[in-house]
Amino acid sequence: MIGITSVGAYIPRYRLSGEEIGRMWRAKGGKGEKAVAGYDEDTITMAVAAALECMKGQGAPEALYHATTTAPYKEKQAASIVAAACDLDKTCRTADFTNSLRAGTTALLAAVDAVKAGASSALVTASDCRLGAPMGRFESALGDGACAIMIGSTDLLASIEGSYSVFSEFTDVWRTSKDNFLRAGEGRFIEEMGYIPAMREILSDTIKKYSLTPADFAKVVFYAPDGRGHASIAKGLGFDKAQVQDPMYDVIGNTGAAAALIMLIAALEEASPGDRILFAGYGDGCDALILRVEKRPSGRTMKDRLAAKVNIDYGSYLLWKELLEVEPPNLPERPAPSLASRWRMHKTISSLYGFKCRKCGTPQLHPLGQTVRVCVECQAKDDFESYKFSDKTGKLFTYAVDILQPTKNPPGLNGVIDFDGGGRMICELTDYDLKKAQVGMPVQMTFRKMSQEKGIVNYFWKAKPIE
Amino acid sequence: MESIKDKVAIIGMGCTRFGERWDAGVEDLLVEAAYEAFEDAGVAPKDMQAAWIGTVFSGMSAMTLAPLGLQFIPITRVENMCATGSEALRGAAYAVAAGVCDIALAIGVEKLKDSGLTGVRGPAVVGDNPDGSACVGSGYSAPASFAYLGTRYFHHYGIDRDEGKELLAKIAVKNHQHGSLNPKAHFHNVITVEQAVKAPIVAWPLGLFDCCGVSDGSAAAIVCRADMAKNFRSDPIYIKGMAISAGARQGSMRPAYDYVHIDENVFAAQQVYAQAGVKDPRKEISCAEVHDCFSTNELIVYEDLGFSKRGGAKEDINSGAFTLQGDLPINTDGGLKCFGHPLGASGLRMLYEMYKQLQGKAGPRQVKNPHLALTHNLGGNAGAGIGCVVIVGNEKG
Repeated sequence: MIGITSVGAYIPRYRLSGEEIGRMWRAKGGKGEKAVAGYDEDTITMAVAAALECMKGQGAPEALYHATTTAPYKEKQAASIVAAACDLDKTCRTADFTNSLRAGTTALLAAVDAVKAGASSALVTASDCRLGAPMGRFESALGDGACAIMIGSTDLLASIEGSYSVFSEFTDVWRTSKDNFLRAGEGRFIEEMGYIPAMREILSDTIKKYSLTPADFAKVVFYAPDGRGHASIAKGLGFDKAQVQDPMYDVIGNTGAAAALIMLIAALEEASPGDRILFAGYGDGCDALILRVEKRPSGRTMKDRLAAKVNIDYGSYLLWKELLEVEPPNLPERPAPSLASRWRMHKTISSLYGFKCRKCGTPQLHPLGQTVRVCVECQAKDDFESYKFSDKTGKLFTYAVDILQPTKNPPGLNGVIDFDGGGRMICELTDYDLKKAQVGMPVQMTFRKMSQEKGIVNYFWKAKPIE
Repeated sequence: MESIKDKVAIIGMGCTRFGERWDAGVEDLLVEAAYEAFEDAGVAPKDMQAAWIGTVFSGMSAMTLAPLGLQFIPITRVENMCATGSEALRGAAYAVAAGVCDIALAIGVEKLKDSGLTGVRGPAVVGDNPDGSACVGSGYSAPASFAYLGTRYFHHYGIDRDEGKELLAKIAVKNHQHGSLNPKAHFHNVITVEQAVKAPIVAWPLGLFDCCGVSDGSAAAIVCRADMAKNFRSDPIYIKGMAISAGARQGSMRPAYDYVHIDENVFAAQQVYAQAGVKDPRKEISCAEVHDCFSTNELIVYEDLGFSKRGGAKEDINSGAFTLQGDLPINTDGGLKCFGHPLGASGLRMLYEMYKQLQGKAGPRQVKNPHLALTHNLGGNAGAGIGCVVIVGNEKG
């Protein structure tokens, strides 16, 4: 049997409420709130966080398929950046699935095919940060989030019993290569002639194809453009309210290519062994799958992931989403990152590799841009073995609340991290509550966007408090 | 290994007014400092047999010193971060001690304000940024790396936030008091503890008055063989010791490093005390100029140089031991707090004050009956820095 062996999800901790958007535009704000990626996050960093959670206790996947409609690069693969940060073997097959909201479910089906064709396991990450234009109908609807699903053939959480896909050349939502914000056709047209008939058809045709009835399913999990569309599908298909998975749109917003998969993960976390789940993604057609639950995932649940949240104001939102031009600080410019220096340090930048001295056993991390050839502890030369720090926890040894640190969420916090098991690093912190910053605070490492210069997104690791 | 003690004398010094010298270029600052030194020593530019020019950003090569119009003598440009000015002195003094010249010029300069920016830029060499900015384009600020010392010092010695802030404030208040008596200083304002504590935070626990300013300036020294010194003046000052100690990134890489002392300072002090024959620095040193780029550094330097016992800086700060009225006045000219930090000039600016103090020419800032005086620089940051200590005295032996 082929199916899901592990899941992970990442919902950024920041929320923008409908009320705050309403306050900004002196209008009646919508209810609920949406998840907003931090200023140092994007679809790649969120995918890495979800993938690392998903990979815990799992063997290394032989493929990584990354689904998004908001990759930071138009040319340069996102999947390989995710794979490098997750320290996957170079033989892992990487691909981006993009340009469609259906990319998440299509990547999932491709992963199933890869395992069918002999791969031991294949990892799918789905991540999106779509933007609705300020004052527009999508502004409060679109949220940021990511998830990861591992497909394999042993020790399954859920087996995949069948699937069904159709494509449709229907123009409902789109962005050209020059659009920052989502565009869409007239609301009732795209719903009545696009989404609703397409979703109804895929769900009922899938049930029919496998000779099942709605009563055979414990849960139905499907994408919708918004809560209203979701409710109208649920009503028309003969499913009970209890059978329909909550899309969480009023909590995190519509997370695009990741939305359906995030819902599926939430459904799996509440399912019982033997439950059958009908699952469908939408965008330029539909993908549907039938899953049979074997056991519940262990570890963090969606409730845990949503627990630590911080509401932000509209000004921060504009700044973080780079929708506002601001005066740059009158400080000396830092030199633009060197591609050659980054390449020499790529193992340290991507997955925070340092080394352990074979002579004295001390774990050490290369200061960036300064490869260490001589052990700082015993001065042995070139006698090291690789040692990864990205998966190590640590403690804050000392710190500064730094007004001058370049951050869009001031004030900055940086400090000296002592890793559990040895090794020290000076680095920025992120996602902190300044009031809780103190010597000895436990931290973990998180892959983040440091800066963007000359069109290159520079990723590296920051420390964040363990909540 | 021989000691440098009493082999080289300083026979003339010059120092420009420090500050936002919109009126002066690098060449003006160099000429001002050098000609004050020539005049002070009673020598002419043509008497210089060699010169060392220290600057971090304000010039490259010997050509930096071209504005002085020296005629085809050997000139060397040196750079060693915040110890650059002291490094120029080392070059000149060692050359004289080696006997390759009898008289030489050491001069430092920095013109920071022409950049139009606030703050000092980081290393210009790609791949040589301790904070990794060449790789990832971000990182912590210079004040932050010194804030780490404060945060940890407070934690280590159980000093609460308010008490810690007040200790740092007292250092700034002292230096501002001293600077108010010095016409060459950039800032002359006397401040109160309350003002310093309540000033905007730059990098907690460092507030605005805990961070030195950015300014322009130059300072110069003329050194000669000690046995020739009295030919030039009756009150030459003798070099008793000079030491530099460089870190190798231990602070940022070794968890054993505690952030409540700085090894570069300690090792440089040990060397210089051995050269000068100083056994009890607190008693034997009459006055000192230490690197107060950030108040936390001055706090820790008291202990690193052996002026206070470990953990004892608090007691000495509270008793006023390091004020002009105390038993070991420190930063009598106002320090970096009042002079700002034109990197290449600072080491020699500190020496200028100690030279004047030892000659009894420090005016309202004069300390009583000094014999040995010390200057200290720290470049970079803890475990990845340059510690430099120089001791000078007004008598041989």
